[in-house]
Amino acid sequence: MRRTADNARAHPTEPTEPDTEAPQPSRGQVFARAVARGVDRQVAVARRKLSAGELGSLPVVLVLAAVWITFQSLNQSFLSPRNLSNLSVDVAGTGLIAVGIVFVLLIGELDLSVGSISGLAAAVFAVLNVNNGVPEWLAALIGVLTGTAAGTIQGFSFAKTRVPAFVVTLAGLLTWNGFMLYILGASGTVNLDEHGLVARLTSYYFTNDAVAYGLAAIAAAMVFLVCYQDRRRRKAVGMPYRSLRGIVTRTGVLAVIAFTGAYLLNRFQGLPLALLIFLAVVAGLDIVLRRTHYGRQIYALGGSVEAARRASLSVTGVQTAVLAISGTMAAIGGLFLASRITSVSQSSGSGVLLLNAIAAAVIGGTSLFGGRGTTWSAALGMLIIQSIASGMALTDTPAAVQFVITGGVLFAAVVIDSLSRRSQKAHGRA
Amino acid sequence: MPTPPLLALRGVCKRYGVVEVLTDIELEIYAGQVVALLGDNGAGKSTLVNVISGVAPADKGTIEWEGRAVPIKRPHDARDLGIATVYQDLALCGNLDVVGNLFLGREIRRFGFLDEVEMERRTRHLLERLTKGVPDLRVPTVSLSSGQRQTVAIARSLLCDPRVLLLDEPTAALGFEQTREVLDLVDQLRDRGLGVLLISHNMGDVKALADRAAVLRLGRNNGFFDVNTASQEQIISSVTGATENVPHRMASHESRW
Ligand SMILES: Nc1ncnc2c1ncn2[C@@H]1O[C@H](COP(=O)(O)OP(=O)(O)OP(=O)(O)O)[C@@H](O)[C@H]1O
Ligand SMILES: [Mg+2]
Repeated sequence: MRRTADNARAHPTEPTEPDTEAPQPSRGQVFARAVARGVDRQVAVARRKLSAGELGSLPVVLVLAAVWITFQSLNQSFLSPRNLSNLSVDVAGTGLIAVGIVFVLLIGELDLSVGSISGLAAAVFAVLNVNNGVPEWLAALIGVLTGTAAGTIQGFSFAKTRVPAFVVTLAGLLTWNGFMLYILGASGTVNLDEHGLVARLTSYYFTNDAVAYGLAAIAAAMVFLVCYQDRRRRKAVGMPYRSLRGIVTRTGVLAVIAFTGAYLLNRFQGLPLALLIFLAVVAGLDIVLRRTHYGRQIYALGGSVEAARRASLSVTGVQTAVLAISGTMAAIGGLFLASRITSVSQSSGSGVLLLNAIAAAVIGGTSLFGGRGTTWSAALGMLIIQSIASGMALTDTPAAVQFVITGGVLFAAVVIDSLSRRSQKAHGRA
Repeated sequence: MPTPPLLALRGVCKRYGVVEVLTDIELEIYAGQVVALLGDNGAGKSTLVNVISGVAPADKGTIEWEGRAVPIKRPHDARDLGIATVYQDLALCGNLDVVGNLFLGREIRRFGFLDEVEMERRTRHLLERLTKGVPDLRVPTVSLSSGQRQTVAIARSLLCDPRVLLLDEPTAALGFEQTREVLDLVDQLRDRGLGVLLISHNMGDVKALADRAAVLRLGRNNGFFDVNTASQEQIISSVTGATENVPHRMASHESRW
């Protein structure tokens, strides 16, 4: 589970609110002491987290910063509004697939069929809509449901037979790809309506500046309200709570990022619809995972299937649902990818798509061993992968180098994951 | 008619593959009593706990709850009856924090979302009853010490006011002070009318706490004792097999209690 650097929680016995301090020897002294204590505590918390293997998303953010700085120094247009805007749209398709992968990784399994499912869903949509005249919304819905069905079948087989999911989905990879080739038939390529609903998923921009700024403001306000409400309730029942300054800082950082993003996007064509949908899905599913009974079950399965079973959880149900979600997200991602190139062909969903989706989740910090990770990690990981790809394209680097670098980042992420898991265990045994 | 036992096993058998791990087990747990379940390693004690808690349902025989035969086919059934278990391996999810483990499968919700504040409050409340050194409630349980994890598992079993408590070596990883706290707690629970099945290798604890002792040997009943009257030697020789008990006498023994 994601841990936040939060001193109030790490030291549950002492509320860290400075305004509860009553006696006052001298203002300066008190302040100096409070600061020293605060710094000490932060260092202690950081050290404990480091040794306990809870690095959070810090390494990922550092890697992203390094990638951006490198490419910006190589090519001045890397951080230009135009490039960043395109980057954000490119992230959406594979990113949505990676979000589904996070669910599967959380229960300690792997889904290899997402590439094929994304291609199949896009093919179903294209053939129904373009070749058979089915209304676009209906064709898209059927395409997505195809993905859900494929995922459900795989999930159910996995849960019932207890064959590892990567084997079941490997069979799926071939099967769904076969279905897609059959549906597309001899012609092989279907061009989508350039002005249709699906095409506009990735070509529509909110040109009104107010949209991006407004949403940034709303997001920051919501985060602040939720944190503040939590603090109020904790305070009311006498439990440790976050300091107001902590909440303001946290919201402030978020607001700065959101408004900078909005500003840059508005300098190009405005907020891309694809980015908005992607962020909404990531945030929504993050809430499902970390704030609902359903999500808690997924994490529990990643920790210990046997413990979950003994706690009366429906293991079969959760496993099936997780692969169904992954299939659904793959299908939605497939529509976005088709929308980006306004066509569906026999190569849709093939190539490095599957590997990129898995790599994104892992690079972002979702553990391969299950039980640790968030949907935001998929977004961050995908941003890194896409940044490397975009930077390489700008600097005319051959694809071979791009693969090697992405592979190196993935390897580093896996090593960090494995090391932090080991140190966490060692910590427990100590 | 005397009050039937809270929980009774009649002729329970359990096999794993071709190995019969439990054969014709009889056991009765009364409200307000602590029954010690004794036996050497591999005698089948944990398997018996798994049978009662629905983790590994019995193949043969019946389980009676207050005199009525009840099916216990899965953990859910046992929980609905009011049976709570501290498993030997604790069965915690190492990646979840203390609060998450305590409320796993029965989370408190508020507007459909997890009510972390309320769950944390109750967790703290419960743990403070159990121990003086409450661990950080928000770290993953893998990074707690074995003793702290055991305390968490015990706290979890008490969360929903059970009527029967199955404790499989609950003090194995605990220090001196902690062990005393847990045994005191079991004592209190008995006084409140819970039926407790306590598995322990520590004869001292059994003598101090249990009302009755049931001995398992190689998957069969090997004697029942009233802890207050039987001598420690008697019980130990039954555990080690020095007195190979006659299975036929046992049934009559059981009914005399
Ligand atoms: N899942 C299983 N599959 C096969 N055999 C099992 C299984 N669980 C237990 N057994 C066997 O059942 C027998 C009894 O095991 P059990 O764990 O119940 O012993 P125990 O009395 O709890 O021992 P200990 O004091 O070491 O905890 C052992 O011989 C063991 O090999
Ligand atoms: Mg055992």
